[in-house]
Amino acid sequence: MAASKPVHVLQLYPRDMNIYGDFGNALVLQRRLQWRGYEPILHSYDPEDEFPEQVDVVIGGGGQDSGQDKIQQDLLRIGDKLHRLAEGGTPMLMICGLYQLFGHSFRTREGREIKGVGILDLHTEGTDTRLIGNVVAESAEFGEILGYENHSGQTYLGPGVQPLARVTRGEGNNAKDSYEGARFKNIVGSYLHGSLLPKNPAIADFLIAKAVENRYQEQIQPQIEPAGTGQPVEELTRAARATATRRPR
Amino acid sequence: MSRLPTSPRRLGGTLSSLGSVLIGRAARTVTKLRGGGGSAFPGLVVEKLDPHFLARTLHRLPRGVIVVSGTNGKTTTTKMVVELLQGQGLKVFTNRSGSNFTRGVVASILEEVRLTGKLDADIAVLELDEAHAVHFVKAVRPNHSLLLNVMRDQLDRFGEIDTTAGMLRTIAAHTVEAVVLNREDPRVRAIAGTLDTQRVDYFGLSESLRSHFPSDDDFHSGPAGAADHPHADVVLEELTEGGGRFTIDGEAVTTSLSVNGAYNTFNAAAALAVVRQALGEAVNPQALIDSLSKVSPAFGRGESLTVQGRPLDLVLVKNPSGFRLGLSSFAAEGVATMIAINDNYADGRDMSWLWDVEFASLAEQGVRMVSGVRAYDMALRLKYDDVDFDAVEPDLSLALTRFLDENPDKPARIFCTYTAMLALRKRLSAYTEVEAF
Repeated sequence: MAASKPVHVLQLYPRDMNIYGDFGNALVLQRRLQWRGYEPILHSYDPEDEFPEQVDVVIGGGGQDSGQDKIQQDLLRIGDKLHRLAEGGTPMLMICGLYQLFGHSFRTREGREIKGVGILDLHTEGTDTRLIGNVVAESAEFGEILGYENHSGQTYLGPGVQPLARVTRGEGNNAKDSYEGARFKNIVGSYLHGSLLPKNPAIADFLIAKAVENRYQEQIQPQIEPAGTGQPVEELTRAARATATRRPR
Repeated sequence: MSRLPTSPRRLGGTLSSLGSVLIGRAARTVTKLRGGGGSAFPGLVVEKLDPHFLARTLHRLPRGVIVVSGTNGKTTTTKMVVELLQGQGLKVFTNRSGSNFTRGVVASILEEVRLTGKLDADIAVLELDEAHAVHFVKAVRPNHSLLLNVMRDQLDRFGEIDTTAGMLRTIAAHTVEAVVLNREDPRVRAIAGTLDTQRVDYFGLSESLRSHFPSDDDFHSGPAGAADHPHADVVLEELTEGGGRFTIDGEAVTTSLSVNGAYNTFNAAAALAVVRQALGEAVNPQALIDSLSKVSPAFGRGESLTVQGRPLDLVLVKNPSGFRLGLSSFAAEGVATMIAINDNYADGRDMSWLWDVEFASLAEQGVRMVSGVRAYDMALRLKYDDVDFDAVEPDLSLALTRFLDENPDKPARIFCTYTAMLALRKRLSAYTEVEAF
């Protein structure tokens, strides 16, 4: 394996925003990079840490409301850096809590306004209802997307972003329209954990492809196969996806 | 039931315990005659007719009521507390049926109460589901509460860990005398700061064991510093072969246990602490240790069975920290491993948690069989951790047969979620004697 091509993966706030197996997203990116001969380097960024110089992919997860409070000031502090990366086409995956805070604002149930970093044209409103359960959604870009949602904030998209997918089972962004997630430049925002990337490798490979294209101006190999015996990973993924679509909400 | 009064609330205040007991028993008889095994209906009838029945009956007990709650380990710990108290010569009332709702408790009382409404017991020990405990403690204020932990496996029920912690806070606030808290769980430990009048005791782990019991919080940030850990009455110092070494009120005690697994050994510390708190000076320490060594595991929790002449361990896994601890407390070497993951309501439907468990410790030996509704999610998880497995068979029954047939001479270990364990246990009764549920 040629270990000479590093790809820098930045995980935002793993200490406070990482409650729904978001670590799985980091792991899947690392493994799928390795399987293609790249050397993943995972950076964890928590409040007050030094922001890494090299960043090729950014991922962020969900947290509790209390976790959002802890990171919010710091997120605004590094907002300019994130904006520059986003504008420059750096691929990003933001799930649940950080998806919300990548928008303009989060108005809590009590009417308090939490300022987001404003990279995605969307806003979120706190509600008394939690949207919880398995989700199936259709995306023209990535095909069928599967995951699990658990959020009381409901998100509404502005004209500056596209929805990630249209929900066929579950709620998605809010209880009113049938959209799930957001797409803007090379950013994917979504409420789905589960984790998202293991069962939705099309999204994982999109992030990897953009990262490799930006850094090395090359296309990634379409075919991958990890070392080891047993069933191929793509076959297991298909079977896990087939099960997920059949499970109750 | 059409002949029962149609407006029970009006009648409620005037009913005597005798009336409630008789009506409750009648309801039970009716339920049984109609072929129902459920305990909820008679409980419901009495609850409607005589809303104070429960509080009145339990408050007559000379030593009051102990409540055990938390997201994990309630059943085993409750069983330990009961047997420790019995070992001290006390008659104990408990909700054995596993029905941990208020109605289930009422129904359990109806089974054992005298017609006068007097329960033949010295003390009650009740396992209460967090969500129901909140209602229960407002009706029946317990004398002592033992609060075990707040783990992440309840998120699809309660939304947030902090919500669950709030329920445990309510239990503590409604407890009359004293609470026992898990010093190692930051959310449980923090409850102490919200209490005004209750005495607080702790159970805990030695510093060397803390890294062995990773919590969901410190998976990514490392364990909290020792500085904010208050003194604990009972500390689990060390896991020994088949038991543990504890410090109880400053004295070192080593004992064997019939339950297996590090979590159950830690649960023993919790049980010791609450019994010591409830009995105070009257406790007989030697009898306490003797009873502890004899407590058999609650059904399905760390059970060791003998199947076709070789040992088979069932290890219940419900959340990332539980699974991580299960993997670290049993060596994989020389053992055939099966993993069975279901996502039924009682297991939790959200599969995210599998990605917060590291399976590298299984890499060298591999996994013989992956099963359960979510077998392919589990297999995919293993694949991303470079752990080989022989087979994936979602059907639990077929998987178990094949697992046992293909690994005849080795000790076997099955990591399983709750409903997978129920199904496997049922199937295992064909091979060996398994205690009925």
